Amino acid sequence: METSTTGDFKIVEEPSKPLAMEPRKFGMWLFMGSVFMLFAALTSAYIVREAEGNWVYFEMPRLFTISTVVILVSSITMQWAYWSAKKDNLSNVKVMMTITTVLGFAFLVLQWLGWVQLVAEKIYFVGNPSGSFLYVLTGVHALHIISAIVFLLIVLVATYRYKVHSKSMVSIEMCTTYWHFLGGLWLYLFVFLLLYR
Amino acid sequence: MATIDIHPQTSTHHHDDHAHEHEHHGNFWTNYVFSEDHKVIAKQFLITGMAWALIGGVLSVLFRLQLGFPDADLSWLKPILGGWLTPEGKIDPEFYLALVTMHGTIMVFFVLTAGLSGTFSNFLIPLQIGARDMASGFMNMLSYWFFFLSSVIMFVSLFLSTGPASGGWVIYPPLSALPQAMQGSGLGMTLWLVAMAIFIASSLLGSINYISTVINMRTQGMSFTRLPLTIWAFFFTAIIGILSFPVLFAAALLLIFDRSFGTSFYLSDIYIGGEALPNQGGSPILFQHLFWFLGHPEVYIVLLPALGITSEIIATNSRKPIFGYKAMVGSMLFIAILSFVVWAHHMFVTGMNPFLGSIFTLLTLIIAVPSAVKIFNYVTTLWKGNIRFTSAMLFSIGLVSFFLTGGITGIFLGNSAVDIQLHDTYFVVAHFHLVMGSASFFGMVAGVYHWFPKMFGRMMDERLGYVHFWFTFLGVYLVFFPMHYIGIAGFPRRYYSWTNFETFSGFADLNMLVSVAAIFTLFAQFIFLFNFIYSIFRGKAAPANPWESNTLEWTTPRNPGHGNWPGEIPTVYRWPYDYSKPGAKEDFIPQHIPYSETPESNLPHENELIKLELNNGSINGENKTHH
Repeated sequence: METSTTGDFKIVEEPSKPLAMEPRKFGMWLFMGSVFMLFAALTSAYIVREAEGNWVYFEMPRLFTISTVVILVSSITMQWAYWSAKKDNLSNVKVMMTITTVLGFAFLVLQWLGWVQLVAEKIYFVGNPSGSFLYVLTGVHALHIISAIVFLLIVLVATYRYKVHSKSMVSIEMCTTYWHFLGGLWLYLFVFLLLYR
Repeated sequence: MATIDIHPQTSTHHHDDHAHEHEHHGNFWTNYVFSEDHKVIAKQFLITGMAWALIGGVLSVLFRLQLGFPDADLSWLKPILGGWLTPEGKIDPEFYLALVTMHGTIMVFFVLTAGLSGTFSNFLIPLQIGARDMASGFMNMLSYWFFFLSSVIMFVSLFLSTGPASGGWVIYPPLSALPQAMQGSGLGMTLWLVAMAIFIASSLLGSINYISTVINMRTQGMSFTRLPLTIWAFFFTAIIGILSFPVLFAAALLLIFDRSFGTSFYLSDIYIGGEALPNQGGSPILFQHLFWFLGHPEVYIVLLPALGITSEIIATNSRKPIFGYKAMVGSMLFIAILSFVVWAHHMFVTGMNPFLGSIFTLLTLIIAVPSAVKIFNYVTTLWKGNIRFTSAMLFSIGLVSFFLTGGITGIFLGNSAVDIQLHDTYFVVAHFHLVMGSASFFGMVAGVYHWFPKMFGRMMDERLGYVHFWFTFLGVYLVFFPMHYIGIAGFPRRYYSWTNFETFSGFADLNMLVSVAAIFTLFAQFIFLFNFIYSIFRGKAAPANPWESNTLEWTTPRNPGHGNWPGEIPTVYRWPYDYSKPGAKEDFIPQHIPYSETPESNLPHENELIKLELNNGSINGENKTHH
């Protein structure tokens, strides 16, 4: 532990704070933890309920496969935007953020059309719990996607005002984390629904 | 020391720049109503919580009147209850169920969750870890106002013509799902669900803030091993909240769909008046699983903050270091983990597989181990201490007593074989009112007595505090101890009246005693209320450190402004329990006193640390001291 004085400022060794993190980012992780618990509860309820029998089996709408691809691609573009911001490649950030937002909207539309397909299969929200659960899981996920799109739009506006760059990364970093989280969550739900049908 | 960061000196005291920005400006609304100051928000939680406690207490006395004096004419309550009295002057049976339900809901969620965690986590976390405010003052404010909105909705539901929710605080479907089932399952239940959804949002906002603040905003030198046990308790409580409240939200969401949109998550094969309902394929047991996955951790959300407060108060007023600091932290962690794997012990009578039942029995009984460690540590901290019987200390010792008597019956109830006999009797009521209700309530009251000087800059009256303590302590035991016998005799809870059963006539006098004691205990709380309000305005001005305590909050000015410390935030050099250290001049050494100033009491390894202090202005957080 040395203290030396050079010119105007003293150089000191500061204790590294264990686990110190930007508090907002940390809060975001905690929020994602609680969202995860919400879906853990719903999917556990699904498993418990299915085990009791009287369960109607049906085909998952094929559109959900396409929406899965869309959200995966949007995760890539989001990450691309993040990396570009880190390198101060601002025009690329704008492009990638725009594509991500558009893909986000596309995902929502595809989920909606997926519901339309379900209705065509005569699987309604009101009926056997197997169908109701599908609507609840996709619906609650879609609500979170809407919140993430609002976040995307906020960051998008900020990028057009040149407020997102390598020195100001917190918002795009949080947005990227949240978007990956919701993409991963959808992947989990999709695989879960394929396995427990 | 794994990493060495090099910072220019000019930036090491970055938090000091804010000191003057936080002077009081702004108007009445921003200072006292929509404040982002954690201390003001804490007081808002406290006062709202106290209002709810009063309402919840009055409700309990109303139904105790019915239970203790089933033949009495209650027409004199007409001005309050109005149409809820039958023409014969009895409480309407459906309203009785509403009273029980709302008493539970209010006490568990609004008083002992929001009122306790909301008050003390908000107040103490920044003050005790050395932070200017919470990680996000805005979210903190939102947390209170969501709670307030939720309170308003729940309060309004009390005045509906069909009554508030009446299906028990656990709101089991199908009773709670079908408006045809009882009056309270109509609009009252809808408002209950809306209020609770908002409450969950409030609780999550609070918890996220508490955790990020504890982890990220500790002052220099405040390593995890130097945190006061209060902070550890609030920290674990917040983690439990974040993991369990979303599950209640999921349960409530599905219930809302069942009630209002016609789905069948919890409903199946129900006939009303010979007509079959369309709902097919639901499972009411599913709701119980989801509910108790929150419900059991909720018990510890209520209890852990009280235990943390008690640890601090008992150590301070015994003038001794807390016995087994690490064991205390470890047992709280262990309790927090176990709280997630015991929920089905609330459901032993749902036709559960007996093998599964025995697993849950085993897991439940293991909780006795960390709980016993905690009680042992409280007693050994008191042992041979120079005990100062302040009001806060009395209430803390009362908590230990309730935690023990109530905890022991938990060992009975945790056994599935015994529980099947005792399930839903007054034995259960006695158990959880002692171990969770009264213990947590005592922790909350102890906290108010102890930190009142910091909250309002004045002292509460100690004599009134003693009277309040003895009346409440005796009252609580008189209410809940007889209930064990009533429960073993087989009295089921939630029943409006037992006069139809010849078997139960022998216990009428015991029930009367319980009711009289309940009324007595409620009236004792007005002593506290008077003391509280009177002392805010007329109490003796508080000295800077009235209890001669070690923690950082007592280094702030008498009435700390927004930002807590007018100058630099103190640096922490030692753990918070250096009471009666051999050789020391006084019997306490606050956390911000460096070892270099206390050569007479330092242990050899602490002398080593002095060098680091001199070089650095603070000891590296990694160099933990051992006690």
